[in-house]
Amino acid sequence: MPVNRVKFYQTGSYAVGNRLLDPRSRAVQSDPARTNAITTGHRACQGCGEALGARYVLDAAMRATGGKLVTVNATGCLEVFSTPFPESSWRVAWLHSLFGNAPAVATGVAAALRAQGREDIRVIGQGGDGGTVDIGFGCLSGMFERDDDVLFVCYDNQAYMNTGVQRSGATPPAARTATTDAVGPAPGNAFGQGKDAPRIAMAHGIPYVATATVADPRDLEYKVERAMSFRGARYLHVLVPCPLGWGSAARDTVRLARLATQCGLFPVYEAERGDVVAATPIRAAVPVTEYLRPQRRFAHLFRPELRTDVIGRIQAIADANIARYGLLEAGHD
Amino acid sequence: MTEQIEGSKAVARAVAACRPRVVCAYPISPQTHIVESLSTLVRTGVLPGCEFVNVESEFAAMSVAIGASATGARAYTATASQGLLFMAEALFNAAGLGLPIVMTVANRALGAPINIWNDHSDAMSQRDSGWIQLYAESNQAATDLHVQAFRLAEEMSLPVMVCMDGFVLTHACEPVEVPTVEQVGGYLPAFVPRQRLDPDAPVTIGAMVGPEAFTEVRYLAHRTHLDALSRIPALGEEFARGFGRPGMSLLAPYQADAETVVVALGSILGTLKDTVDGLCADGVSVGVLGLTAYRPFPGAALCAALRGARRVVVLDRALAPGVGGVVAADVDTALRGTRTPRYDVVAGLGGRPVTRASLDAMLRAAARDALDPVTFLDLDTDLLAGAAGHG
Repeated sequence: MPVNRVKFYQTGSYAVGNRLLDPRSRAVQSDPARTNAITTGHRACQGCGEALGARYVLDAAMRATGGKLVTVNATGCLEVFSTPFPESSWRVAWLHSLFGNAPAVATGVAAALRAQGREDIRVIGQGGDGGTVDIGFGCLSGMFERDDDVLFVCYDNQAYMNTGVQRSGATPPAARTATTDAVGPAPGNAFGQGKDAPRIAMAHGIPYVATATVADPRDLEYKVERAMSFRGARYLHVLVPCPLGWGSAARDTVRLARLATQCGLFPVYEAERGDVVAATPIRAAVPVTEYLRPQRRFAHLFRPELRTDVIGRIQAIADANIARYGLLEAGHD
Repeated sequence: MTEQIEGSKAVARAVAACRPRVVCAYPISPQTHIVESLSTLVRTGVLPGCEFVNVESEFAAMSVAIGASATGARAYTATASQGLLFMAEALFNAAGLGLPIVMTVANRALGAPINIWNDHSDAMSQRDSGWIQLYAESNQAATDLHVQAFRLAEEMSLPVMVCMDGFVLTHACEPVEVPTVEQVGGYLPAFVPRQRLDPDAPVTIGAMVGPEAFTEVRYLAHRTHLDALSRIPALGEEFARGFGRPGMSLLAPYQADAETVVVALGSILGTLKDTVDGLCADGVSVGVLGLTAYRPFPGAALCAALRGARRVVVLDRALAPGVGGVVAADVDTALRGTRTPRYDVVAGLGGRPVTRASLDAMLRAAARDALDPVTFLDLDTDLLAGAAGHG
């Protein structure tokens, strides 16, 4: 009979357990005092980055607000897998209205709470990249511009996964989706100008904008707590790999999120009132191929021939991010 | 106290007297004067404890109202025409979630061609959205309907649209008695939501419902609408007792025990009544049956009211292309099983004035059964001939 060896000293790992470690170094799951904004039994796929991200975000927000939290959810995977009537995984006050209106609904909740003198209750709006950077973008920009007291969280898995992996405004160049086939001279998604939602949010001059990934849950939690220390419109953009849409192994969700930051394609930073105030440095930049190769949505860049031309353009995007945010500061490489 | 006041301002003051907590505004003619007035009432402290949210679209206006209402706040907005279409998705959502939002629709045509003037195409296009639709004949009716709409909406947990003809009513100054906060307080209790977003008692609102329960959800929506058919006149009578003037009813008959009965809704009813007075003086037996409630549709009451009629004319200010009138189809459904001849008259589209002379001629023709099944009132055949020449 095979025996699984139990390791009690997994310093630096993210495994469950580790109660012998200092509390700040423990895996988040091992904390007996953690809240449960979203409970087990939901219907997310194995390895779902969005379920992971939403859990850390909302649990952190619950802690930061003492449980005084209302959540508004856009239509999408997160909404569908968590609330198949008559079941619900949510342990927070939760409202789903439509795909494109979550930021405006959140504004309405905040306005009502203010009129009722209940500004102790805080509001989070959340959605996927489609609900945020595409169909909900008008409402999001309106909420930012009015500086409504809402934290909006985008769980970015870079395509319309709920409907079967179609391209969104957040789909990266060259990625294969159901509507950007990997055929022809320019396979996959086009190299457009991109839609850098966090920077667009920053351009609104709102109090707080941050990016994060599910590879660094402590950082993610910190940013939620930080966001909750501000009043007004705030935006958190979380990279959440999707095994189904990315064509990656369920066990690679966290690894891919980490590679996305380490290669420079997904810079992790914080901004206040339109200015970057902190960026998470990269110890040593990894080539983008390390990040691209494990994902079947980029397989056409490696087979039948290595598309060094396309990979070079992607590497240039990563390099530009590294330069823009100073991700390879001296002392870190 | 009766005062000479613009319809929009009277409506805004009536809405303010209902003490909404959240008012969302996005400008579109001819609704703008209502939200402008409400903005002033909030800014000057006449309407305290209210958040006035200037949104970036009508879709956002209804969405903000949805969020506010789900949080237990009395919510109001106003729109018209393209704005109503732009919020269409959110309209169905508000109704499905059972949120008692009240909205004024300053009825206006839909483009293309773009046209800012009055007809009923906008509200009629949303007849199946699940909202209750009440139509005002006058500015006094429009003003009073808003107070009753909040009461009805909150009792039924359903959103209510108060439809008033754009420009014809919204921009018309006439004597109106505007309800006071004290009067409204005796009629409209504090809003107690059916369920509400509350961290101390968290609920999931807006879950996904599959085939196993969706039909039942829709059946309940239908049943709630049917229940509203009895609540509308009851709340109207209660309003009349408290305010000393008529409250809402399903139907507004005027000499309706006639041979020819015209069914219509909105401000055209005034002109129709004048026309009917003239016809009766000439010995032509014509009456009017006004519709206040269009959704839910008072089919049984309408059928009973039309039992003695030898023919029915339905005057529509909206068109279902390829069909004819919109309300006419509902009247047909109500008259199912009867043999009463029924004529569609499509009139007043895009602000075309509906004159007493045109109505008089049309009704005399109807009384002789000399009317086409579908008539476009005052159709300019010269203009059509010119258009054909260019074709």
